[in-house]
Amino acid sequence: MPFDTLITALKLKFADLATSEFRDNRRLVVKPPQVFEVLQTLKDEHRFDMLFELTAADYLKYPKATDRFGVVYGLLSTTTGERVFVKTWLNEPELTLPSAFPLWRGADWMEREVYDMYGINFDGHPDLRRILMPEEFTSYPLRKDYPLRGRGERHNFPVITRAES
Amino acid sequence: MPLEALQTLPEGPEKDYLWTLNFGPQHPATHTTLRLILTLDGETVIKAVPDIGFLHSGFEKLGEDLDFNQYVTIVDRMNYISPIMNEIAWHHVVEKLMGIELTPRCKYIRTILGELARISDHLLAAGAQALDLGAFTAFLYGFQQREVIYDIYETISGQRFHPSYTRVGGLLFDVTEDFIRKVRTFVKEFPKTHADMCRLLNRNRIFLDRTQGIGVLSKELAIDLSCTGPIARASGVVRDLRKDEPYLAYGDLQNAFQVICASEGDCYARYTVRMEEMRESLKIIDAAIENLPAGPVNVDVEGKAVFPEQQAVYRSIESMIQHFELVMPNRQWTPPVEEVYGAIESPNGELGFYIVSDGTGVAYRARTRPPSFIHFATFPYLIEGHQISDVVAVLGSLSIIAAELDR
Repeated sequence: MPFDTLITALKLKFADLATSEFRDNRRLVVKPPQVFEVLQTLKDEHRFDMLFELTAADYLKYPKATDRFGVVYGLLSTTTGERVFVKTWLNEPELTLPSAFPLWRGADWMEREVYDMYGINFDGHPDLRRILMPEEFTSYPLRKDYPLRGRGERHNFPVITRAES
Repeated sequence: MPLEALQTLPEGPEKDYLWTLNFGPQHPATHTTLRLILTLDGETVIKAVPDIGFLHSGFEKLGEDLDFNQYVTIVDRMNYISPIMNEIAWHHVVEKLMGIELTPRCKYIRTILGELARISDHLLAAGAQALDLGAFTAFLYGFQQREVIYDIYETISGQRFHPSYTRVGGLLFDVTEDFIRKVRTFVKEFPKTHADMCRLLNRNRIFLDRTQGIGVLSKELAIDLSCTGPIARASGVVRDLRKDEPYLAYGDLQNAFQVICASEGDCYARYTVRMEEMRESLKIIDAAIENLPAGPVNVDVEGKAVFPEQQAVYRSIESMIQHFELVMPNRQWTPPVEEVYGAIESPNGELGFYIVSDGTGVAYRARTRPPSFIHFATFPYLIEGHQISDVVAVLGSLSIIAAELDR
């Protein structure tokens, strides 16, 4: 389906949908409360049956950025091979999105990684724990205000001696 | 992680005979560092909780600090079984961001190297799968050919394991006659090893019993869990980026290869798909090396994306200026202030990068879409209800590379 047709079809349902294109990437920009509905519409009515990518970026130091976090969902239709990206903007303190887990079980680990790296919560996720960083870790390392160099967080970790283990 | 937090299922006095087994992170069959917490009913696995992150080393954070050419040494170390594939993927996306069209020769060389990497990855994946089930010989046969591929890497770049060979808009060096000779020899001699491995495993009763019907991934589940590459194709998802979204020289070589699929979705299907894909890769290499175009390997220097030749840097002021421009951290490339996702078909599946660019020579965000990470998430679904000895069979068939899993 051409991108224009998809946009026209979606605009009937979601009036304030913004779109952009770059190279072959086609993006729909939606507001956080609409994300789940848009994803569901894309999955059920437009046959985007695979969530191949879910990631985020921190736009703290980005030129001319107005919002803090961008969360990107990459959707793929395995029948037609089309891709579409759904992007949404988030600002502190409301760092919560509805989880895509009810639509795609593949969202499980990807949402956990975004939570781990950026501290974005996913409502309705069955098991939102840190995935790559240890449980005791208190910061969100891929945020732009987390330093690249330094002594790390080791001083926060509990030390287990041989006698206690 | 507190262990009791993971034991949410099942409870009650009638289930108190269940016991918990900690598998890894140091275990010969995990190959790298990953941990599984298995809940067992006798010898049956009723629940598996993967615990990853032991090898997390902040690659994506480093990608926000190193420039487009420097970061290639880091992506090299993600899937270290087929390092050059990561380099190709990374620079494929960087070039997509900047809108650089490669020279035909560069495309062909990258294609050949990518397919060599695919063979070397599949040799290890299929070999290690057999090794975990006790078949040592096939693994060693595979390793002998992997050595030959490492020799080819050494010929082109001087490095065996981490070649760091691609650059924005081209390659580190052009290939030599020696490379072409070695690839031709490989194409001629590899089918023998392949046939040996097939003869050892394909009808091996023990291997069949341990893999057929084990860890079945249905087509619906594969799509639902975002699986790509050989794992999805073994479950009947007919999708290969080399055919569906041709990049590099695959557009020209469409007739040289076929997409290998299976419908069973078990460990044996994943093994067969990998073995057969090696055959197809060999056809691509054969077609590409015999049709290798002449001409420059880098894009035009005027485009200000590639380093000029060293001799030119010393002899002309323009080349010296350009070299300076690309080396200085406050100058370098000027990509559009945009973001782009690009992906290639890596041996393990779709390896993509999502680059957010702020107009400098350093990525603002360099997200990797790691196939190992996505595929390891399927593990709890695959192992449920199987015996504890099947854990290694399923793990081997998924070919998880922890460096890519944790980045």
